[in-house]
Amino acid sequence: MNRRDVLMLGAGLLAGCVKAGSERRITGSFVGASYDVGHLLRGGAIPRASDTRHVGVVIVGGGIAGLSAGWRLTRKGCHDFEILELESEAGGNARCGENRVSAYPWGAHYVPLPTKKSTYVRELFEELGIITGYENGEPIYREEYLCFDPQERLFIHGRWQEGLIPTIGTTSRDREEFERFKEIVDGYKSRRAFTIPMEFSRRDKDLIELDSMSIRDFLDDHGFVSPALHWYVNYACRDDYGCNYADVSAWAGMHYFASRDGEADETTVLTWPEGNGWIVKRLRERLADHIKTGVLAYRVSQESVDVYDVQEKRSATIHADHIVFACPSYLAKYVLENSPPVEDFEYAPWLVANLTLDSFPRERSGATIAWDNVIYDSDSLGYVVATHQSLRTFQPETVFTFYQPLTGSSPAAERTRLLNTEWQTWVDFILADLSKPHPEIRDLVRTVDIMRWGHAMIRPKPGFIWGDARRRLAQPFGRIHFAHSDLSGLSLFEEAQYRGVVAAERILCRDGL
Amino acid sequence: MVYALLLSVFVIASCGLVYELIAGTLASYLLGDSVMYFSTIIGTYLFAMGIGSYLSRFIGKGLVTRFIRIELMVGLVGGSSAAVLFFVFAYLESFRLILYAQVVIVGILVGLEIPLLLRILKDRLHFKDLVSQVLTFDYLGALAVSLLFPLLLAPKLGLVRTCFLFGILNVLVAGWTTFIFRDQLVGVKALRAQCVLIFVLLAAGFAYGDRLTTLAEENLYTDDIIYAKSTPYQRIVLTRWRDDLRLFLNSHLQFSSKDEYRYHEALVHPALQSLGGPKRILILGGGDGLALREILKYDSVQSVTMVDLDPEMTRLFSTNELLRALNRESLHSPKLNIVNADAFVWLGKNTDTFDFAVVDFPDPTNYALGKLYTTAFYKMLDRHLNANGAAAIQATSPMFARQSYWCVVKTIESVGLHAAPYHVYVPSFGEWGFVIASKAPYLPPLVSMPGLRFVTSEMLPSFFQFPPDMSRVDTEINHLNNQILVRYYESEWHEVSQ
Repeated sequence: MNRRDVLMLGAGLLAGCVKAGSERRITGSFVGASYDVGHLLRGGAIPRASDTRHVGVVIVGGGIAGLSAGWRLTRKGCHDFEILELESEAGGNARCGENRVSAYPWGAHYVPLPTKKSTYVRELFEELGIITGYENGEPIYREEYLCFDPQERLFIHGRWQEGLIPTIGTTSRDREEFERFKEIVDGYKSRRAFTIPMEFSRRDKDLIELDSMSIRDFLDDHGFVSPALHWYVNYACRDDYGCNYADVSAWAGMHYFASRDGEADETTVLTWPEGNGWIVKRLRERLADHIKTGVLAYRVSQESVDVYDVQEKRSATIHADHIVFACPSYLAKYVLENSPPVEDFEYAPWLVANLTLDSFPRERSGATIAWDNVIYDSDSLGYVVATHQSLRTFQPETVFTFYQPLTGSSPAAERTRLLNTEWQTWVDFILADLSKPHPEIRDLVRTVDIMRWGHAMIRPKPGFIWGDARRRLAQPFGRIHFAHSDLSGLSLFEEAQYRGVVAAERILCRDGL
Repeated sequence: MVYALLLSVFVIASCGLVYELIAGTLASYLLGDSVMYFSTIIGTYLFAMGIGSYLSRFIGKGLVTRFIRIELMVGLVGGSSAAVLFFVFAYLESFRLILYAQVVIVGILVGLEIPLLLRILKDRLHFKDLVSQVLTFDYLGALAVSLLFPLLLAPKLGLVRTCFLFGILNVLVAGWTTFIFRDQLVGVKALRAQCVLIFVLLAAGFAYGDRLTTLAEENLYTDDIIYAKSTPYQRIVLTRWRDDLRLFLNSHLQFSSKDEYRYHEALVHPALQSLGGPKRILILGGGDGLALREILKYDSVQSVTMVDLDPEMTRLFSTNELLRALNRESLHSPKLNIVNADAFVWLGKNTDTFDFAVVDFPDPTNYALGKLYTTAFYKMLDRHLNANGAAAIQATSPMFARQSYWCVVKTIESVGLHAAPYHVYVPSFGEWGFVIASKAPYLPPLVSMPGLRFVTSEMLPSFFQFPPDMSRVDTEINHLNNQILVRYYESEWHEVSQ
């Protein structure tokens, strides 16, 4: 053994010590959604009610609609109500999580600047300090809650570009079609054809007729052939409705583009690290005395609600003067006596994953990391950076929220796939998708937690928005008031809040408050 | 056996000289003033060798064992000396003390070597041959190293590895000696075990004690890198050329010791002089302690809170001798409270108010830093200023990044603060811009701080004059949700660099 050998041996031993244990394993699990409890509704063994009590208003469901109904009642001085939530915490699609690195959303993660017609949203935002005042009639927003620049980028043809409208590799024909599409949208805007809340939209015949075709057919009928435009519209539908654009009504598709009528800055959004969970937290604080979690409402009639307490394994009957049915309307067929037909209410399944990363992926060519990062021609919707809204200058670790609507086949088949696929398989799927822009992603990810939303969003398929089923449920049903964004056919924060507030207003009105 | 021992003379002579050369080179590399350091180190070293030679008379029995032990000690202390000195320079306050202590220890040990060898060989050679041959090999070893060191070793291996390499040679001599005298030695196994142990230590040092920096990085800087460290937050690099010390963060120049007084006097005094008896001061950024040095010139100042993200910055500038001399020990001031935190987040949580704030952040080169120049940030800063308070804000160059500079001014004004824009010439930076943001309109000071080298009452009014090529241009306001400043900055500096 010569000196060099000894030297190399020593070096090798040292290197071995350093390297040992560097083989990394990604941890995580499925989180949330109490499927077992929820499925009790389909004929599980629930003990008979042993107690009874009386509550003025029972709100079934603690998502944005239910919380908003409660918020409205409180604001108007009515405090005799309960919000019943099946999960361990209220918030519905807008729930959030938090770990050592950041808070992050489990679903809904932003609210566009509210239009003038979204008066209830503006009222809430004033109360929460999101709107700090008005200047020339325009709201002033708390700057920390507006999405920081850069907001969006798109990975296309191997590089990142700013914004989501494809510019890299597009032809003059593509640009012409985008221009022409914009003209159509602007035409609807100038007519104020589409509004948020959608209830205030114009009922002109030509507009209602849009609901009878898909937005994809609409594009074809208007001679749009640009793949970039088709991708963009499809992306918008998958993003907002969880559906392929061939399954989305042209009315709903056009609503996406034309409802922001220029009264508010169209592209700016309000967001927080935990997404709309930030709003949920504040509503929960205000309504803490009224929210009952871990409670399954298994039978609803005009006079009472039978509930099962999951923790205590006891049932009770709550007699109520009014009932707000603020859970997805399809559940009516399982729990509501003499339920109106709800078969037309179909929901898109979603998968949302939160990935905790040891460091940001290396920036390659093109636009730098944004809040929303979309991959062209991917099944997923890309990822949102939870730490984007942090005021820190230095952010070593981060959390990416990955969004994937399951649009492959029928919602029922996709729902089965969602629930039957192993966690590890989903992780591999997610990392494969993200490795297109970030080849090293597997080495950076430490934890992947996955939320499976079986019924994440109402599907605004052709005929649904202006069909009978939806419109009937939007009307009071005796002493029961439906309140959910699915009554608007659009799974939006503003619609959920509107439906909740309207239900509360109707009750207050009947009680002469 | 005789020739083997004479070869040892050659090796240990070269080792002895290498340690001396490295100490001298390192001291003049890190501290400058090479004549002084080389001269005093050679003197100290020779004197220490004299002490060693004197002490050799007290060694009686077990000459060979002693000789082996001394070789091992020289190998360990001498071989690691460069690495230790770099470490001390970066982390401890007493660089010079440790430098000379090392020179003395190595000198004494090397001084012991030749007398002991002479005594080991005295029965095997005639006296005249003994003296002649030992000294011949001694001087030959010295010649070899004095040629190899500047031509090959220092440039190719670097100081740290050269040093470890020669430490290993000392240990090899020790090991070899255990073989030559294997019949006469007691406890030869223990000696050999010691040899192996120290050999492994030095070999590891050689393998991992890499150069201070990569060659690629050295090419980025025109001057010698005397300190480089990647913290979780940034890469800190200090360079020196003669008496010009420069600090780079992520390869952006932060100051040159030649003219930093211009920058820091201009940052602090125009605003601070105008405030009557400021007591409570806030510094955001500025972990180098240079703005603080200027602030501490005011007797009225009672407390200073410094918020700097990187603990390594404040540590380096409060321990390193050169840097402490530059900031005049400002980071050791009893009035100072250092907070290592993210400035924006800290401002959001803290409720204290201040008479004066220095806002000295890096330029808005990216969206993360851009946040520190937004309306949201200045609103928060506003809440931390007393009724008559003011803040002095570094705002990039109105010459090279004119839109960026005036964008900062407009952003400050848009949150309801008064903005007084001014600029000075800092040779290493060029024209540089600042803004005084204050609750009440800025009034030029009536009194001036004596003893300043740049900001005088005669000069001050000229700072606030902008020639046409830097005069105000209209810009947008920088918000978190448009980050327009980063976009201006990117396009303007991009033009400059082309």
